[in-house]
Amino acid sequence: MAIRPAPAKTAALTLGPLLFNWPAQEQRDFYARIADEAPVDAVCLGEVVCGKRGTLYAGDLPAVAERLRRAGKQVVWSTLALVVGGRDSESVRAVAALADEAVGDLVEANDFGAIALLAGRAHAVGPFVNVYNEGTLHHLARGGARRITLPFELPADSIRALAATAGPTDLPVELEVQVFGRTPLAISARCYHARAHGRSKNACDFVCDMDPDGMDVETLDGRSFLAINGTQTLSHAIGNLAREVPALRDMGIDRFRLSPHQIDMVAVARIFRTILDGRIDGAEADARLAELAPFAPFANGFFHGREGAARVDPDYILSD
Amino acid sequence: MRTVIPELICPAGTPAALRAAVEAGADAVYLGFRDATNARNFPGLNFDEGEFRAGVDFAHAHACKVFVAINTFPPAGRPGPWRDAVDRAADGGADAVILADVGMLDYATTRHPNLRRHLSVQASASNADAIRFYQDAFGIARVVLPRVLTLAEITALNRQATVETEIFAFGGLCVMAEGRCALSSYATGQSPNTNGVCSPASHVRYERRDGKLISRLGEFTIDRVADGAPAGYPTLCKGRFVAGGRAGHLFEEPTSLDAIGMLPKLVGTGARALKIEGRQRGRAYVTRVVGAYRKALDALARGETPIADGSLDALTEGQRKTTGAYLKSWQ
Repeated sequence: MAIRPAPAKTAALTLGPLLFNWPAQEQRDFYARIADEAPVDAVCLGEVVCGKRGTLYAGDLPAVAERLRRAGKQVVWSTLALVVGGRDSESVRAVAALADEAVGDLVEANDFGAIALLAGRAHAVGPFVNVYNEGTLHHLARGGARRITLPFELPADSIRALAATAGPTDLPVELEVQVFGRTPLAISARCYHARAHGRSKNACDFVCDMDPDGMDVETLDGRSFLAINGTQTLSHAIGNLAREVPALRDMGIDRFRLSPHQIDMVAVARIFRTILDGRIDGAEADARLAELAPFAPFANGFFHGREGAARVDPDYILSD
Repeated sequence: MRTVIPELICPAGTPAALRAAVEAGADAVYLGFRDATNARNFPGLNFDEGEFRAGVDFAHAHACKVFVAINTFPPAGRPGPWRDAVDRAADGGADAVILADVGMLDYATTRHPNLRRHLSVQASASNADAIRFYQDAFGIARVVLPRVLTLAEITALNRQATVETEIFAFGGLCVMAEGRCALSSYATGQSPNTNGVCSPASHVRYERRDGKLISRLGEFTIDRVADGAPAGYPTLCKGRFVAGGRAGHLFEEPTSLDAIGMLPKLVGTGARALKIEGRQRGRAYVTRVVGAYRKALDALARGETPIADGSLDALTEGQRKTTGAYLKSWQ
């Protein structure tokens, strides 16, 4: 059975789940501003990285969700990427129960346990699920996946091939690509934040809350390399595909994910909205984004089939 | 209650290693074809068609099974090599294929319904719900559990699960959830998931500077030691980095898993099989490690307590060992 991408329409922006451990009040303020001012179509809520953190702010999420819905944003409930043990599995079930599909909510599965729970119910699949090829995409679509955010390391050729799977079908799948934010690279049972502070995950004291954009990791030569966020390891460089958005649209990608950092995300969303509306070119967008996100350089290597840390000028790429 | 002694699953990186593993008492060996369809796609390793069939003949003649690892993820538009690998494994008499990719599991289930399917550690099926997904969809007979679970969590899973489980007992250790790690592709552009390589030699450089030996992966320095000190291979997550102003092995020291000292506990989890990692290691490693674990499991079968005599210590990476995620304190 072949999959046809959803028909071409106005491109959509999604605010990805907050990956970092921000204080509850800060999160409430952040989402209030997003609801009121950010030109995004969907907002992901929920804890993706560490099951321990959920208790810190889970009680706030229903009210945040309601505020976002009233502002016309679709609520996407993201779930844990690494689900180990009964407590994690229970929290995935609890998140799935919070979703109100009647008002357009979606649950986003980030592991195959969540996919099993959501089978037969329209749902989203997040970028932590290995959707590398058509066979996998087909299988997930048959199980009810209506939206898939593609893995971060996929090169353009793969994105193009997945978006192009076409044919007579009654299983439309929207594809989404993350175009802004530090790139998650790995997840572990071990907490590297705790370890860097001489602790272990059991007695972590939530030290991950000290680094709202991730804790910088450098090589012995002093070169910035990675960032630690609890059990998650991310790129130091901020993934930025602003200049590749036109190429992505040509491939048939109509949804773009922005991963929240502690910068003016409303301004970031406005810049990407302006790119999608064709009112600003990539180079200018880049310059404005650089002013908004000075804490790390940009990278776009994965998209161009290179090492993820690379920064490639797409204007020098000859299209075929 | 009679203890079920787990099967011993041993690495066959080369035909010679396969023979060594079989002769040392493996219950099964696992191997890959010489391409990106398996997660040890390194030069000098793996099997062509002829070597595979000869290996199957040899193993079967010694009552040993052969599993074929086809555990990487085909990129979009290029399923051919992976499908061929599954077909070759089936036609060549493999006792099971070890798969990770959902598309490939679909293919194998449809095309070769009678070919036993094991779920690779690369599928990261770390909970009962995920395991059930693969069981229901693809009839997997066994799951290799990701190395993020404590002994207690494994025991709980085995009580709930109706599928066999396989857990690692010895060898190189990933500290990130396997099949979900793009660290190496961030530094090199070679993806463990689609190319089957991590920290590939093609991107390793050693440089001498100011009395130091620097090892690099791509553009990034992974470690730096005094020139003349032993320099390990710069596997990315075993390097030394600076975080919070302190330099050290942020992710993990160069060390290997060695759970022989807790063998009764591993057996007590209810795991059906113990896996030894080491397709990149030579015949001597295979003979000694498989031999030691065979001896220990046979002792357990006789109701004796196996003695961990430290004979494997020299074979662990950095001559250090760990029990990894099996103990909660590691996390």
